[in-house]
Amino acid sequence: MQEFLQQLVNGITWGSIYALIALGYTMVYGILRLINFAHGDVYMVGAFVAYFAARLVGAPGPVSPIAAVLVLLIAMGSCALLGVGIERGAYKPLRKSPRLTALITAIGVSLLLENLGIIVFGPDPKFFPQIVTPRQMELIPGVLVGRHQIVILAVSILLMLLLQLVVLRTKIGKAMRAVSFNRQAASLMGISTDNVITFTFAVGSALAAAAGVLVGLSNPKIDPLMGIMPGIKAFVAAVLGGIGNIPGAMIGGLIMGVAEVMVVGYVSSTFRDAIAFALLIVILLVKPTGLLGTGMAEKV
Amino acid sequence: MKNLVLVLAVTVVLVFLNFLIPTLINPYIFQILILCGINVILAVSLNLINGFTGQFSIGHAGFMAIGGYTCAAITFYLGPHVANKAASMGLSATIVGTSFFVLSLVAGGLASAIAGFLVGLPSLRLRGDYLAIVTLGFGEIIRVVILNVNAVGGARGFADIPRYTNFFWVSFFAFVTIVVVRNLTSSTHGRAFLSVREDEIAAEALGINTTRYKVLAFVIGAFFAGVAGGLFGHYLMYLHTNSFTFMKSFEVVIMVVLGGMGSITGSVIAAGLLTVLPEALRPVKEFRMVIYASLLIFLMIARPQGLFGMRELSLQTFRSLPFRMGKKEQKGPEKTRDGTRFQKRRGTKVRAPKRLDHS
Repeated sequence: MQEFLQQLVNGITWGSIYALIALGYTMVYGILRLINFAHGDVYMVGAFVAYFAARLVGAPGPVSPIAAVLVLLIAMGSCALLGVGIERGAYKPLRKSPRLTALITAIGVSLLLENLGIIVFGPDPKFFPQIVTPRQMELIPGVLVGRHQIVILAVSILLMLLLQLVVLRTKIGKAMRAVSFNRQAASLMGISTDNVITFTFAVGSALAAAAGVLVGLSNPKIDPLMGIMPGIKAFVAAVLGGIGNIPGAMIGGLIMGVAEVMVVGYVSSTFRDAIAFALLIVILLVKPTGLLGTGMAEKV
Repeated sequence: MKNLVLVLAVTVVLVFLNFLIPTLINPYIFQILILCGINVILAVSLNLINGFTGQFSIGHAGFMAIGGYTCAAITFYLGPHVANKAASMGLSATIVGTSFFVLSLVAGGLASAIAGFLVGLPSLRLRGDYLAIVTLGFGEIIRVVILNVNAVGGARGFADIPRYTNFFWVSFFAFVTIVVVRNLTSSTHGRAFLSVREDEIAAEALGINTTRYKVLAFVIGAFFAGVAGGLFGHYLMYLHTNSFTFMKSFEVVIMVVLGGMGSITGSVIAAGLLTVLPEALRPVKEFRMVIYASLLIFLMIARPQGLFGMRELSLQTFRSLPFRMGKKEQKGPEKTRDGTRFQKRRGTKVRAPKRLDHS
């Protein structure tokens, strides 16, 4: 039982990171119907920006909490810019082309970021400085929670609440929902769809960057190819929850993280990459639009 | 009869080239040539699923892995027994070995086709990106499962596979793939495949069994991917699951889209181009993949419909190839006109999305 709870705690921490990445996928998909495969690499860039920013504020020595927040904000800000740059440079010219073309371009951008990462950051893994001092505490007897885990959970919950606030309570959020409902109708109502899309990319990329920083806290080894697998799995999480659906992405991410940690803990770590997809297939066969996705209107 | 003569003629030419080519070029270029041929098989077979039937599959590497591992396991475990039997019966070892290899290639293809059937089944319920992610998932699951099978090397990789693949077999199977996909898509069946892509509901209303054609596309596509996997394993003499990650599937999808969805010649040329390009860029060292990726993005922005769109390359030289011969001249331009019309309709679909469900 204690072991199970321990695994659950680890799973939720890991899942909240997936959820943060999945949010970016799901928002972009909801608005553009584009699987932005480069999203996982934005997460990688986020981790690296934080790595350099942390060294700037004095890591690997002790870092004050304010400096740690600063590191997070720097990473989020620069990745938001990166996301906007990617959207403007690579996806905007393809707004009217077949969707598959944009998808291939996304794969191209992903390859570009990975290989630029190898040139700029070097191919060997780097050790992410501990900007949150590690300390374990007992949640209940036998179940250990690291301080970094609490930080990860707190930051991701905060960001998700913030996102919900933006999407549901602000004007730009309303515009986002309108564009994702029907882009053409939204633009006829005077919504500048290009600005909304740009904003979506900025927010999604900032969230991915936050995930990159948070993953640096729990798995300190970062390298230019670290974004590939988590990127794909976060996308799977987004599909699992019903793609285009923001709460769905959060739930999907959590399920994915918990399932993965459980499989590693109880079955075998070699099946770690398979469980995500197996879960996905089972859920999609039962509910083809994902857990929270609504059925598609089929027009003749 | 005419077709049979042509197939025989092509076979003879390929046999001749098989002996000629290795003496003319160095082993490095020869290897690129072989990989080109294997990629042509993969791209053309995926084009049947993605380009002609419109079912978005990104799990082709999984099918390739099943075929490759099945074929390699058969020649590795059963091959020596068959060779012993043949020796005791006084048959030539090369002939028996080669025909056994071809049989095991077909067996690998069949194993892969069964997997294709299983993956094709969910396509009855899932559409578009959901199907894409499920095929990707299947591909990854296949890879992880193989990684855990000790009999085929597991994480160490499958070593000591006998080398049977030569220029003849690769080019022969590439030729067969092209002919099959070409003839299939220009037959009555082919119109059905295309109709599923263009408008599933309309196709169904016209009495086309869309389910059957979707699954059929998966089965045939997977079969040839399996054969390609077998050729791949018996050329490199070593298989590792790392060759079959989703990056490999992406690579094949890129070939199909870059060549033009629904253009066989496009797939062939894109497969060649994307195999040669990374090798040609070797002199620039670490910038190799950066240039490759930038070129890819540039090409997609410059030609969103792919290099050939939906058209086939219709030079005189291509006309004289056997799979064009039975068709006479007038087919060509008619198809082109169709192609452009399809393209326009697809364009409008993108602007006005059908689905309104996402909150």
